[in-house]
Amino acid sequence: MSETVALVPDRWEQSSDAFAATAVDRFDDAVVARGSGSTASPSRRIPAALRRPLVAASILWLAVVVIAALWPALLAPGDPLGGTPADNLQAPSLAHLFGTDQLGRDLYTRVVHGTALTVSAAAIAVAVGVVVGSLIGLVSGFVGGRTDAVLMRVADVLLAIPGLLLSLAIITALGFGTVNVAIAVGIASVASVARVLRSEVLRVRTAPYVEVARASGNGWIAVLLRHVLPNSIAPVVVLAVLEFGTAILAVSALSFLGYGAPPPAPEWGALVSGGRDYLRTAWWLTALPGLVIAVTVLAANRLSRGLDSEGRARR
Amino acid sequence: MSALSPARGVLARYVATRLAQALLVLWAAYTLSFLVLYALPSDPVALLAGGDATDISPEQLDALRQRYGLDQPLWVQYLLHLRGILSGDLGASISTGRPVVEVIGEAIPPTAQLAGLALIVAVLLGAGIAIAATLTRSRRLSTFLLALPPLGVAVPSFWLGLVLIQWFSFQIPLFPAMGDKGFTALVLPAITLAVPTSAAIAQLLSKSLTTTLGEPYIDTAWAKGAGRVRVHLRHALRNAALPALTVTGLVVGQLLSGTVVTETVFSRPGIGRVTALAVQQQDVPVVQGIVLFAAAVFVLTTLAVDLLYPLLDPRIVLSSASPRRVRRRPADATAPAPLETAVL
Repeated sequence: MSETVALVPDRWEQSSDAFAATAVDRFDDAVVARGSGSTASPSRRIPAALRRPLVAASILWLAVVVIAALWPALLAPGDPLGGTPADNLQAPSLAHLFGTDQLGRDLYTRVVHGTALTVSAAAIAVAVGVVVGSLIGLVSGFVGGRTDAVLMRVADVLLAIPGLLLSLAIITALGFGTVNVAIAVGIASVASVARVLRSEVLRVRTAPYVEVARASGNGWIAVLLRHVLPNSIAPVVVLAVLEFGTAILAVSALSFLGYGAPPPAPEWGALVSGGRDYLRTAWWLTALPGLVIAVTVLAANRLSRGLDSEGRARR
Repeated sequence: MSALSPARGVLARYVATRLAQALLVLWAAYTLSFLVLYALPSDPVALLAGGDATDISPEQLDALRQRYGLDQPLWVQYLLHLRGILSGDLGASISTGRPVVEVIGEAIPPTAQLAGLALIVAVLLGAGIAIAATLTRSRRLSTFLLALPPLGVAVPSFWLGLVLIQWFSFQIPLFPAMGDKGFTALVLPAITLAVPTSAAIAQLLSKSLTTTLGEPYIDTAWAKGAGRVRVHLRHALRNAALPALTVTGLVVGQLLSGTVVTETVFSRPGIGRVTALAVQQQDVPVVQGIVLFAAAVFVLTTLAVDLLYPLLDPRIVLSSASPRRVRRRPADATAPAPLETAVL
């Protein structure tokens, strides 16, 4: 059951009109999903997501990635930029887990030390996307009327231009560099965040507790921040985790194309690009950093899905 | 068709509204790209003169400003550009001085070949996985097949391309690693380009198939004694495929932007190469031209699908008042989402 539900993440985006009906549906779904099992069992305390091995593995991998980003020396004490030229192009071994590159630099060390660049770029991208997108979605859903119509048409246009091309246009204007790449990737994701939050706000806006809060004399801003936002943010969190994976892909693609940090920096995409000339002789130079990217994106996607079905079960 | 003929006026109005909407999106895309490329940079002239080039005298900068009309207020520039575009003039490339229309025009054929083949591969692969996963009785096979699309979405395409080159050009020399000579040179790039898209199609279609298989008319088909294959392919697939059709515009856009990476990896000429190079050289007019081209492709594809849709699905009720409300099956109300998550 939960698998089928998890395959339908875009239910969140359900169109605005039917929000009341949807809420009821969801309630029914939740009851059905819990089925005959005792709802008050201790297993409730452990999030369902953690009980799934793949989701747990994803969280573990992402934790390692975060550690690599914050304290790279813990995982790879070596120097990512200095190498022993005599040891160049060594295949993976116990001494060099990922092998060495043409300058004799240890690839594993470089990947670990490159994590900070790639992951922080992805984090900035997600932050830009979530903050700007949430603001637009919140205003659009809450104010409604003409403002809503205009903002959503802007979102439509943003969605009409493929994300990568939009990012490339922004990079052309801002110039190269990790931060600019991150901002460009973030802006490309604004529209989808805005849409998701807007439809949630529309759903929550007419809920009885919002009316009660309003009727007991709270100002609109207070109601918005204290009642509407907390109750509509869950799908955005799910989306943010998903966007983190997407952002890693986009950031590394852009750094692969050469728009990120200049050469010696071990950004993940740049590492893959650097191995291109040694494709025939040293497969590990492209294959292993690429694999790290793929596993990280996979973990983020899996976690996002886990959070999604978790949030759904709780409703 | 017969269902439509009594309401021909409605159809005409629907087409007109959709056309107007398409134009509106194009205009908005122009405005957006103008804002990003001309209003965002602190000094567009320095950009035009070649990024951080400092060996240009202030007089030369002024001359450049005048030549590109950048000494005018922003809104005048905006209107001047718009007038140019309406008359089919996208300006000239900064780096080569050639008209942007020409640069993009000659890059279209190789990219169309690549994207066309990739589209076929993506649809066959994606639909194949989705159908096989729902059709099979083996739980294990189904789980395995359904695990593939998330994998396809997560794999960086530049990496996939390089791995394919390693395996099928170097280890087993089947296909050339680069270039654009003949069909064999098209195979690996097309597969690279198709994988993320096929994953998105597989996800969408398997979801839609599962929903469709739960509908009452499927029970009727079973009850009438139709076999497993017949129920799946003849009864369920035809309806389940409709929602997938609504994302054609996104699919084409995804393929188009995917060529930036694919054509770079395989050193093929085309729109993607032109884009990568233009960004590298900060060639603002070319980048704007590409963005507009992509938006136009998206808008035209979506328009074509929207116009064809009523013919394919007679249940659709046309309403010219709000064409966005064309009622489709509820299952696909949010169809584009899985693709948005896989823009690369």
